[in-house]
Amino acid sequence: MSAIKELNTQLEPLVTGNPTFASVTQRISELTEGKQPNKGWWVCFLAALGLLFMMKTLILYLIWEGTGIWGLNNPVGWGWAIVNFVWWVGIGHAGTLISAILFLFRQKWRTSINRFAEAMTIFAVMCALVFPGIHIGRVWVAYWMFPLPNQMQMWPNFRSPLLWDVFAVGTYFTVSCLFWFVGLIPDLATLRDRSTGKIRRFIYGFFAFGWRGGNRQWQHYEKAYLILAGISTPLVLSVHTVVSFDFAVSIVPGWHTTIFPPYFVAGAVFSGFAMVMTLGIIARKIYHLEDFITLRHLETMNKVMLLTGMLVGYAYGCEFFVAAYSGNIYETAIFINRAFGPYAWAYWTMIFCNVVVPQAFWWKKARRCIPWMFVASILINIGMWFERFVITVTSLAQDYLPSSWDYFRPTIFDIGIFVGSFGLFFTFFLLFLRFLPAIAISEVKGVLPQANPHHGGEH
Amino acid sequence: MDYLLESIGLKKPHAGAKGVLAEFDGPGPLLAAARKLHERGFTRYDSHSPFPIHGMDDAMALPPSRLGWVVFLAACLGGGGGLLLEWFVSAVDYPVIISGKPFFSLPAFIPVAFELTILGAAFGAVFGMFAFNQLPRFHHPVFYSDRFGKITDDGFFISIESSDPLFSVTNTPEYLNSIGGKNIELLHPDDEKE
Repeated sequence: MSAIKELNTQLEPLVTGNPTFASVTQRISELTEGKQPNKGWWVCFLAALGLLFMMKTLILYLIWEGTGIWGLNNPVGWGWAIVNFVWWVGIGHAGTLISAILFLFRQKWRTSINRFAEAMTIFAVMCALVFPGIHIGRVWVAYWMFPLPNQMQMWPNFRSPLLWDVFAVGTYFTVSCLFWFVGLIPDLATLRDRSTGKIRRFIYGFFAFGWRGGNRQWQHYEKAYLILAGISTPLVLSVHTVVSFDFAVSIVPGWHTTIFPPYFVAGAVFSGFAMVMTLGIIARKIYHLEDFITLRHLETMNKVMLLTGMLVGYAYGCEFFVAAYSGNIYETAIFINRAFGPYAWAYWTMIFCNVVVPQAFWWKKARRCIPWMFVASILINIGMWFERFVITVTSLAQDYLPSSWDYFRPTIFDIGIFVGSFGLFFTFFLLFLRFLPAIAISEVKGVLPQANPHHGGEH
Repeated sequence: MDYLLESIGLKKPHAGAKGVLAEFDGPGPLLAAARKLHERGFTRYDSHSPFPIHGMDDAMALPPSRLGWVVFLAACLGGGGGLLLEWFVSAVDYPVIISGKPFFSLPAFIPVAFELTILGAAFGAVFGMFAFNQLPRFHHPVFYSDRFGKITDDGFFISIESSDPLFSVTNTPEYLNSIGGKNIELLHPDDEKE
């Protein structure tokens, strides 16, 4: 017991600057109040809105013209749309990991980053859902994916991993939204009680549901939060498992392997933490949140990235070993082609970004150097995009029959829609930063030393 | 019942104070006060704080939340309903032979059943919590107080409702004062205030 106490005093405080309850409220709420003080916000918002508009226009053209405008060819039927889908879903997973798994492990440092990580999850999953939605080609029959009674008297095939995916990602999105909203209720009540205008008071008051912070409410609230964390943990693991089943269940060399579920989950957490890092560094800089998102938080996240990066690197090695050890010539050939074939440039980009770059985090100096971790987080996300590209495209471009081999080249529409998806993401993310508390106010208060009822006295 | 009807404005509430509100200095004093109220025998009281306070459930001697049972039922409904749907669709209404698998292929049906279990549990947890907490509820005597806005900032309050058998307009505020309450006020609707 005393050893733990000693350890706790050695750790840096979770929130620096000796804040009071009132100063925490003030500091976080004021970002959503009054006129937007930050001109940079407007620049970013208009740029994001422009990209979103571009994405919308390109998607309309895609619906009009068909998926032929993409670089898909005969062996490569899954191109950037699937790569982008897996990438965006993976990014979302860090939000759930932070809000659910770290909550179950009583990692109190999560309170400063969980709110915006959860927001990131929701917006990333929205971006992800766009891609399979438009990839089906005839978007007007997208409802065929759902088990709805229809005039054709047909039902979807529940043995297909693609249908599992509809349920997995659909459930993930719904549960993430519910979890996020439950977490927001006490903070929406804070904004309600601080608001001066009538409209503002009405809107925040409406969504705060009449929260009054009574312990009889907190009791059920905390229980609900704990249960949501408990069920989100297997959920987040299952979602990327099911995403990996889209590949693993098909009999394609390089895809048909049992390592895929854990490998995909580790990669998802890896890229998600990198995205939290990128967004967190920007948010703490422009909103001066250095007291809340401290170097201790960033350092801990870097450790998680080092761990998951090593897991991913291990999976890359393991794939090669299994391919060689299996004695299956197709399996062996696809991996030799990955590393030394026409897509070698993509493969080595992936290895550099995902395996080499995070090794710097063995050193404390690198873990606490903000410019370096910012660059590393972006490189890691580039690397993780290339990982999905390597998996999806190399296996398809060179499959069993050399006569059908082809090389995949993206068109301007592939690139435009992918770049546009950042517009979708950042439009929502910037609106979130402007109108909702970016840091969980009530949770941060709960980890302050004076929140302990036995603080400073002999009770 | 009358209480609910009053709260949504369908029934005119009886005249007089709806309760009493007292402010406390911080989590520690609030915890001590809540314990004293429980020991004194009050039942319709609540301790309000900007964040959940560790140990408050014991101090108020609240029974454990029954939300877990609601979630369990909802999860069973989700998972069971999912399996039933898959069986009806694939084995009864639209049986199609796919790679020679049986119509009811349980291993392949697990992922969807699992996801629907989680979905059911999540709905159970969120809407069950709303039901236990009687949310949304936009009207409550504590909101009559102008000071109560501090509750989501740095205020710590105890409220006792007038429906409590031990409630008395004169004695209860005095008692709250004796256990360290400050800014004690009787909760009157806005139109009854002087």
